[in-house]
Amino acid sequence: MTTAHTTAPVLPQSSSRLSDFAFKWIACAAALAILALIALVGTELYKGAHLAVARFGIGFLASSKWNPVTEEYGALPFIFGTLVSSLIALLIAVPLGVATALFLTDLAPSGLRTPIMTVIEMLAAVPSVIFGLWGVFLLIPWLRDHLFVWLKDTLGFLPLFQGPIFGPSMLAGGIIVAIMILPIVTTISYEILRSVPGLQREAAYALGATRWEVTRIAVLSYARRGLFGAAILGLGRALGETMAVTMVIGNRPVISASLFAPGYTLASVVANEFTEATTDMYLSALFELGLVLLAVTILVNAAAQLMIRSMGGNMKVQ
Amino acid sequence: MKKLLFSALCSLALAGAAQAQMLINGAGATFPYPIYSKWFNEYAKVDPSVRFNYQSIGSGGGQKQILAQTVDFGASDGPMTDASLAKAPGKILHIPTVAGADVVSYNIAGSPTLRLDGPTVANIFLGKITKWNDPAIAGQNPGVTLPDQEIVVVHRSDGSGTTYIFTDYLSSVSAEWKSSVGKATSVSWPAGFGAKGNEGVAGQIKQSPGSIGYVELAYAVQNKLPYADIKNSSGNYITPSLESVTLALAAAVIPDDFRFSMVNPSGERAYPISGCTWLLVYEQQKDAAKGQKLVEFLKWAYNDGEKMASDLNYAPLPDSVRLRVLDRVATIKF
Repeated sequence: MTTAHTTAPVLPQSSSRLSDFAFKWIACAAALAILALIALVGTELYKGAHLAVARFGIGFLASSKWNPVTEEYGALPFIFGTLVSSLIALLIAVPLGVATALFLTDLAPSGLRTPIMTVIEMLAAVPSVIFGLWGVFLLIPWLRDHLFVWLKDTLGFLPLFQGPIFGPSMLAGGIIVAIMILPIVTTISYEILRSVPGLQREAAYALGATRWEVTRIAVLSYARRGLFGAAILGLGRALGETMAVTMVIGNRPVISASLFAPGYTLASVVANEFTEATTDMYLSALFELGLVLLAVTILVNAAAQLMIRSMGGNMKVQ
Repeated sequence: MKKLLFSALCSLALAGAAQAQMLINGAGATFPYPIYSKWFNEYAKVDPSVRFNYQSIGSGGGQKQILAQTVDFGASDGPMTDASLAKAPGKILHIPTVAGADVVSYNIAGSPTLRLDGPTVANIFLGKITKWNDPAIAGQNPGVTLPDQEIVVVHRSDGSGTTYIFTDYLSSVSAEWKSSVGKATSVSWPAGFGAKGNEGVAGQIKQSPGSIGYVELAYAVQNKLPYADIKNSSGNYITPSLESVTLALAAAVIPDDFRFSMVNPSGERAYPISGCTWLLVYEQQKDAAKGQKLVEFLKWAYNDGEKMASDLNYAPLPDSVRLRVLDRVATIKF
């Protein structure tokens, strides 16, 4: 801490020096505590997983078997399920969220903004299990009888939309997660778009741009980085989503090209099988899946941060 | 102000001292949770000096906790293996309490009561029989119009004693099931998709036309799902009920350590897909006072508690088994 030297220096009182000191150290301790917590989670997961790591090695990540009876375990179908369902969720939620945010900032009458934002934030307050229940009893029958049939009829030439339709499926899981990450993507996009300076828009209008061109040139490209950050936050939530997903995704550890086939995610399998895992190797394999989930989350976030940095060439201060 | 605080603290301490009850902890299977809760409730009226605390964390959890001695008794829907028992610091007794039935439930138009035999059920769950109007099913159900519909198999996604009983049965009626899948609380299912808990499977069956799955009898009854009559080893098609399960219990071969399987027993009217749930207690109790209270509770459970089982849709032990269990309970040392 540097002290400013003026002609008549005024020394701080001892009580405010103490509060400065305390503030510095408490803030420091809080930051260190969070780092320590993450390190603790990682080491505990590793300790629990070491049996499986020793037995299966790196092949664990490439194996598709999950057989508790013969004690053969592999993480590949779960990694596939987690990444695919999160990707589907992003593809649905990000355009929807950004479009909603654009509507609220540019097109909506100002009186509508608060009610709509309140409703979207309430969506975030609904517990995961309730979404799952709604998914099982309302979404899946509708998907099975209407949307999936339509997709199969119109887009059935793609391997994505072939195969038998059960109802619980990877696509259903992706849709549920999209609904759950929609609030976070929308609210953050809204804040980002609101922070675009009015000068940018006015400059574009002055050059003769149409409304859409203003949005595209002045607003969206200015806010690109922030919107990408919003998508990453949504992805982070999507990767960890457990209860709602496990109720609609079908819980079958298979890798299939079809979106109508059931799938399984890392978080779901741990939630489902942890309490009844009787043998040490089984438990250890589940711990290792937890470790893999942590690693996947960290890798995805790191990759996203790199992409954001590389996009930042012509960016101004956020 | 200080006097008020002091008197409040005093009264709190006295109240705490007056409620010095003994607390006995248990953990394990979810299947018998309703009947155990009822027993603990009723027993508190018989002996108010002891309170039982049971956490239904699953059979696997129950076995782990009793091995680690963090609880006073465990509960499991599947018996512990020799390997697990060898790891225990003392001898663990398996004490059977009640039994239940796994029913094969389905959703087809008209909700007929189907008759199925073991190999047919195994082939359906293996994914070899894929249509409802397959000759194997139609042959056993001459009067029923079966739709030309895909069979959608629903199984459990979480590990469970219900799965253990069902796969135990399938292993005993189908050599292919036994070699390719096996029996356990959680298996690698050849076909179908998984739902969480008995409630999840019942919900999926209700929602999906053409689906078939296995649930505890109580769930099928509560959700008004149709269920099949299964052919037992005597050649009769038996409707699952408390009576047919009790008959299965009576006919089962029960060895001395009470670790038995009661699927496919020999009785004439016995239902083939049933299973028992056990309490796991150490023969030599660590804490003498707790041990004594635990034994008194067990004696009460087998003399009076068993009568409450059928109200909650559990099959009580037949007298022959019950008396053997009481003899075993008497050997618990504390």
